[in-house]
Order: sequence, then C-alpha cells, then structure tokens
Amino acid sequence: MLDRVFHALAHPARRMMLRSLADRERNLSELAAPLKMSFPAASKHVRVLERAKLVRRRVVGRTHQFRIEGKPLTEANQWLEEYRRNWERNFLRLVALLDRMKAEERDTNSGPQKR
Amino acid sequence: MVKTGVLKIATPTDFEIVITRPLDAPRRLVWRAMTQSDLIRQWLFLPPDWTMTCCDEDVRVGGAYRWEWAGPDGKIAMAMGGVYSVVVPHERLVRSEKFEFGGQPQDGEQRATLEFLEQHGGTLVKITVVYPSKEARDAALASSMEQGMSAGYDKLEALLASGEIR
Repeated sequence: MLDRVFHALAHPARRMMLRSLADRERNLSELAAPLKMSFPAASKHVRVLERAKLVRRRVVGRTHQFRIEGKPLTEANQWLEEYRRNWERNFLRLVALLDRMKAEERDTNSGPQKR
Repeated sequence: MVKTGVLKIATPTDFEIVITRPLDAPRRLVWRAMTQSDLIRQWLFLPPDWTMTCCDEDVRVGGAYRWEWAGPDGKIAMAMGGVYSVVVPHERLVRSEKFEFGGQPQDGEQRATLEFLEQHGGTLVKITVVYPSKEARDAALASSMEQGMSAGYDKLEALLASGEIR
C-alpha cells in the first residue's frame, strides 16, 4: 500500500490535487481547472490517488465529489520523518566534527603568533 | 551553532531519494569529513550501541570503499560498499552502493551522487540516491522506520529494566 502512496505522491499534478483537496471536497472539473488539464488526464491522476487510498470518491447525482483521506498520508509521512531523523542524527555528528576541524584550523593558523 | 531540522528529504521520482543539508563549513572541510576514513568514522550512520568496525576509502575513479558496522554483540550487523565512478574534489562524487545485512547482500545496487555546493559562505550537501526499482527505494525508506522503531523499543526495554516504568 505504501508504495502506491509514494507512487501517487511522485507526480506534481497529483500533489497539487491533494493540496487543493486539503480544505474541502471538490469535483473533477475543480481539480482539473488549476492544472489546465483535460478531463481524461485529470481523471487518470485522480484514479492513481484513489488506488493509493489518498482520495475517496462520492457520487452525488451526476457529479463525482472527491475528498482527501488522511491516514495513508500520515503513514507515508512517518516513514519519511523517521528516515529524515536518522540522517539528521548523522549530520549533527558531522556538524560537531566540522566544528572541531574548523577550530583546529584556526589554532594551526594562529599558532606561530601565539608563540 | 547547531541548526536542527534543516535536513530535507524529497522523493522527486519513484526511484529517487534526495537529501539536502546546509552545513556551516567550507567545502574543502566537508569534503574531507565525508571522504577521509578516520573522519567518516566519527559521524557516519551509527545506530545506538553500534560501532563502525571497518572504513576503507579509496576515493578515486574506479576506487572502492567498504564500511562495516558491528552490533552490541560484536558481530558484523551491516556492511556497505561500492566503487567511485566520478571524483571531482570538493565538488562532486558518484559511487555505487550495495548493502549487506547479516552477511546477506541486497539484490541490485543503487547509485549515489554527492554534491557539495557553496552557499552563504557554507556548504549545501546534496545526496541523490537512485535505486534500481521503486520497491528498492521504498524498502530503503522503510528500513529506517524499522531501525527507528527498534531503537525506540530498546529504549523502552531499558526503561522497563531500570524500573522507571512499572
């Protein structure tokens, strides 16, 4: 399931659709318009979002309304957040090492004057 | 000064992970810290209670590198290695990456590009990892989650053992 989420999120048009769904439900033409996209093209992207369960469809008479589903997005975010945190731990140690290297360089450069 | 939370992760395509992190140091120092084995040992990828037991670096085109880590039991828990294909000192590195977990090599390998970009008197490090498949990319993201979670459980166990939680 999560690979579907990442696949769905990999396209800028689909990310934009999700952003526009963040505040309220929208229909297909509302989703297609800001992307300057044809109906069939927009519909294809929406189906990718549906398959990833990021978006849920609600049929009201002749229109289809789409609504964002938070849970899969939260799960994908947890993955990314944990990955980010792991790397950040590495980089914090790197920052400390670079500070030591900078200090050493300063000492070496100012060494002869001190003596 | 240590800035936190400035590391960015992006997944611009199905096959990639892009990591960017600004550092308050000149490129030549960042380059050394990321290519010299005695310096790499001081920062790279140390899960709690792990030690880096091998860090061989031959940073030139066609040169190989190998890193190994041992867990608390002293056994090699993870290894990673590959070959450098692009080496532009202080600017750019491209290398293959292949992981081994408990002696088992992963299927396929990924390609990592490290870029050192001058920015506001410091350096922006940009790491782009391209995986052979979407599944491999997602697995890499997920493995971190597992590690983070198991580290969390270890902490919980320690707390339970110390009697702080009853």
